[in-house]
Amino acid sequence: MSATGIGAAVRRKEDLRFITGRGQYTDDVIRPRETRAVFVRSPHAHAKIKGIDTNAAKKLPGVLAVLTGAELANDKIGNLICGWMIHSKDGTPMKMAPHPALAVGKVNHQGDAVAVVIAETQVQGRDAAEKIKVDYEPLPAVTDPAKARSGPQIHDLAPKNTIYEWSLGDAKAVDAAFASAKHVTKLDIVNNRLVPNAIEPRAALAEYDAGTDQLTLWNTTQNPHVSRLVIAAFVGMAPEHKLRVIAPDVGGGFGSKIFIYPEEVVCLWAARKVGRPVRWTADRSESFVTDAHGRDHVTHAELALDANGKILAMRVKTVANLGAYMSTFSSSVPTYLYATLLSGQYDIPQIYCEVDAVYTNTVPVDAYRGAGRPEATFVVERLVEVAARQMGIDPADLRKRNFVKSFPHQTPVIMAYDAGDYNASLKKALELADVKGFNKRKREASRHNKLRGLGYSTYIEACGIAPSQAVGSLGCGVGLWESAEVRVNPTGSVEVLTGTHAHGQGHETTFAQLVSERLGIPFENVSIVHGDTDKVQFGMGTYGSRSGAVGMSAIVKALDKIEAKAKKVAAHMLEAAEGDIVFKDGKFTVAGTDKSAAWGDVALNAYIAHKFAGQELEPGLKETSFYDPTNFTFPAGCHICEVEIDRETGKTEIVNWTAVDDFGTVVNPMIVEGQVHGGIAQGIGQALLEGAVYDNDGQLVTGSLMDYCMPHAHDLPSFQVGLTETKAPSNPLGIKGCGEAGAIAAPAAVINAITDAIGSENITMPATAQAVWAALKHAQPRQAA
Amino acid sequence: MASVSMTVNGKAVAGDVEARTLLVQFLRENLRLTGTHVGCDTSQCGACVVHIDGIAVKACTTLALQCEGAKVTTIEGLAEPNGPLHPMQEAFREHHGLQCGFCTPGMIMAALDIVRRHGNELDERIIREQLDGNICRCTGYHNIVKAIAAGAKAMAKGGARQAAE
Repeated sequence: MSATGIGAAVRRKEDLRFITGRGQYTDDVIRPRETRAVFVRSPHAHAKIKGIDTNAAKKLPGVLAVLTGAELANDKIGNLICGWMIHSKDGTPMKMAPHPALAVGKVNHQGDAVAVVIAETQVQGRDAAEKIKVDYEPLPAVTDPAKARSGPQIHDLAPKNTIYEWSLGDAKAVDAAFASAKHVTKLDIVNNRLVPNAIEPRAALAEYDAGTDQLTLWNTTQNPHVSRLVIAAFVGMAPEHKLRVIAPDVGGGFGSKIFIYPEEVVCLWAARKVGRPVRWTADRSESFVTDAHGRDHVTHAELALDANGKILAMRVKTVANLGAYMSTFSSSVPTYLYATLLSGQYDIPQIYCEVDAVYTNTVPVDAYRGAGRPEATFVVERLVEVAARQMGIDPADLRKRNFVKSFPHQTPVIMAYDAGDYNASLKKALELADVKGFNKRKREASRHNKLRGLGYSTYIEACGIAPSQAVGSLGCGVGLWESAEVRVNPTGSVEVLTGTHAHGQGHETTFAQLVSERLGIPFENVSIVHGDTDKVQFGMGTYGSRSGAVGMSAIVKALDKIEAKAKKVAAHMLEAAEGDIVFKDGKFTVAGTDKSAAWGDVALNAYIAHKFAGQELEPGLKETSFYDPTNFTFPAGCHICEVEIDRETGKTEIVNWTAVDDFGTVVNPMIVEGQVHGGIAQGIGQALLEGAVYDNDGQLVTGSLMDYCMPHAHDLPSFQVGLTETKAPSNPLGIKGCGEAGAIAAPAAVINAITDAIGSENITMPATAQAVWAALKHAQPRQAA
Repeated sequence: MASVSMTVNGKAVAGDVEARTLLVQFLRENLRLTGTHVGCDTSQCGACVVHIDGIAVKACTTLALQCEGAKVTTIEGLAEPNGPLHPMQEAFREHHGLQCGFCTPGMIMAALDIVRRHGNELDERIIREQLDGNICRCTGYHNIVKAIAAGAKAMAKGGARQAAE
């Protein structure tokens, strides 16, 4: 392993601009004569729009335009879409309600945009927005997914607010297994709604060049090409080749910046109408009511086991809240990204899962770090932990009895795990967490009137999304391959244009490590380019922990082609047969001789082409690959959380966090650990602190950072992070991916620990001090062994 | 509109602003110093932290006019362009104390203030407590804590040299 190759903890190239305040985020981009967009949003969760009076607003100084959904429709701008078709059990397609970028006729959630002011300055726009009079007729609202089906109907095409009623698995076989079970564990679980809150608010800056009929959009997106395709082809804003989308530096995404939102559509449309650039950057309180929320499942789950604690079957019924409209990937999150992981790390013969997705008068829900897998892991790991307690079996032991031990392993829920060693990560985690010493620590803590608890989460996820044929057959409207173009310059430096996008993951560094090692050239001589549809060919973007497994695999394939062509060039230079050329450590050598050519000379020759132009070899040295993975990848691991709870206050302190993860090949361990830390923090946030709350009138009462509890540094411990490794067989580098693991594993570990400490399973997330204190009053804390 | 003048990163600057213009808007829009970021509207997130007369202040909760005659230091003022980085900046890079970078300028400016108030030997507990006014969504704070402890130590070794001092 070289100092800058695969496996090295290389310090990041991108840091220089960020630590000196020279990042270029969307709101930092400045365009001449730009204007500001200020949106008028519904204060009601559900209401008819009787009329919108924009006359007073239009007269205010600095106002260029005041626009509503009526004008948008007149200009034939189409609706936003959900791109993943899901069918109900009876074969009917999901009920996708129209989602115009500005509401027409009615509003369906607090925050739903009804009008926009385009003004010279932000304050002039705000002043004008306040003068717009919207005549609302409020309607009753429903926000709780458990009540959606008996609530007021939100969309005409979806009776009982039901989007789909989907299932996976063999219900009859599951019923039979339950009938023969020695023990059945049942749980009712709420997976609490979360607000992603990337620290950079969403932003869009749109510009129209009338001379070339060209639209340009700077946008906080994780996938500029997908945004371009949707806005061009589905929304009908412009022909695809007349729309350029640029994702400059993006300050965190976590899924929330995948989707195509109303604001960028409106900014593009308005920019063309007013003939000047239009900028919008969300206020944080605007983010709360417009960024796609995450999670929000209500689940009943049951696990059947035999007398020895061997799992026979699982059945799960989930109601998933998708909010007021179907966001871009929303349908897939509680179905193919959720139910397919219900086997966990275990050999479970039969699983049956039903998912009903519903509309409510809330912000649309879509993928948020983990996207379906945190929800699945929470169900599985709570069932297993509670079953262990009920049956009097050590929770680590019960897991070991049920681990998948031979691969490949076909689960009953589509996924076929290709490689893993779940015992290895559990064993290492048990050591690092000093589980042996837990009882002693528990006794010591109880002397100080504190309750200690230990919770496990042995999670698995499906990442590296995804094999196109597989997801296509499941209803996904797009393929999920990835592209890479490797350009060698005449002077030997290399640019890699990748269809992925980095918003914190360090691709400029890790991708350069790969290229530098493979080509034997200095790390500094490799540049990674992403985020601009004018520069980079179509790519699917970054989410689902795919950039390593899929994005880097595309680069490897392109590098294979580069090496093959470079050898041809070297063969001409060295007057040898192509088959006799060996490439190693940046040098091309004729096998068995000392005749060689350096990388830089070969690169230059490829472009000078004196020695081979006109023959069968084209000049230049640039290759492309579109790489389609052959399978998902399956990162997995064991997280162990140790908590200490204050009996008097119910406050939970996490006194130790141990994570042992198997991510296959690790390109940069420093960056991988950082991803794990960040994911765990979000998972702990879900378990202890965060939760989006709606009142009975559909008002988001947790609508600012004052009311929604984001994890602060003093809420979190330092983390102990270890690795085991079984390489992914499905891609050339053996990478599994690591971006979401922490968020997937953590909530179950925390709640397992708290319920262990207090001796009651009666805890919902977030397990605030008040909730834990209340549960303690009715609980029988277990004594230390 | 009213006129305001102050020193920013060692340079005298002036501008005409509405009374309601926030310092962060003045920095970003009038002076084109976009390193100071806006991440929220309730003064929670800390992405906007700058130094005013040597003390950390949230620029989102300060009016530009309040800074008449003040010495303001932003993230851009910690090091000369192409010059050596401030040891706290170096520490953030060395310890991977950033991922997306959006909270980072405010984190670094807040970190310097922690050193000012609590010295160069900072333990984990004090750093975590003192970061109450700064939110990061990417890192889980683990490496930020390490970076700040290391940066504080490095500053004691005489590496500290704030450009606008």
